[in-house]
Amino acid sequence: MNLSIDVKEGNEKISVMLAGEIDAFTAPSLREELLPLAEGYNKTMVVNLKDVSYLDSTGLGVFVGLFKKLKEDGGELRLIELSDRLKRLFEITGLGNLMNIGN
Amino acid sequence: MRQVMDYIEMKIPAKPDYVGVIRLTLSGIASRMGYTYEEIEDMKIAVSEATTNAVQHAYSTEEGGEVTLGFGIYEDKLEIMVADSGVSFNFVQTRNELRPYTESSTVEQLSEGGLGLYLIETLMDEVRVLNHSGVTVFMAKYLSGERENNGTTATTHEAN
Repeated sequence: MNLSIDVKEGNEKISVMLAGEIDAFTAPSLREELLPLAEGYNKTMVVNLKDVSYLDSTGLGVFVGLFKKLKEDGGELRLIELSDRLKRLFEITGLGNLMNIGN
Repeated sequence: MRQVMDYIEMKIPAKPDYVGVIRLTLSGIASRMGYTYEEIEDMKIAVSEATTNAVQHAYSTEEGGEVTLGFGIYEDKLEIMVADSGVSFNFVQTRNELRPYTESSTVEQLSEGGLGLYLIETLMDEVRVLNHSGVTVFMAKYLSGERENNGTTATTHEAN
């Protein structure tokens, strides 16, 4: 029941690969890892959620924080490869309309 | 009202470390009862949200102690109660004291974990919040018509 966070910083984007569960236990480490990268970043952060087996409001809160931070500094957050379960969670919370949820 | 068939109670330290353990337990109970994968995933989120709220709430008090969870297993539904007081509760008595959740009763939680409570309400069939010495969240999910065959298969051999 852990979360692995793999960050690759390229010239044009930051790619983040997440695997595991994002809940109240793991969300703080995710926030600590990614929020500093979003600070002052004006390109695209791509977060791959393919291997995220669980996500709840604590995780959504981290993505909302990242989304806001990137947006305010001229960057962009893209969440990709969401399972149907995860997509549904973004849809029912209304976040799917605000954020860039790609395939 | 149908009678509770079985009741399971758990206590965890008020730490986020154990929210995942609650999900595993819930998953085991719900799959035994015959809920579908989607229903179980929905309940996992709802119960995690309530437990996370309780952990944060209990943690901020002097007691610091425990979160109590009760699973009431019925023939046609699963009831889950999450209490942040750390005190064992009388399941039937507490259940009868619960009133419908109103906007005003959870304003404090909405400001901090509004999305969590919203998810609980969206994903469960019934949600109520009892606010006395601590906060108890009560939720229920009914079994849908289509049960998955999760039990043992009975085979009848007719003797000649």
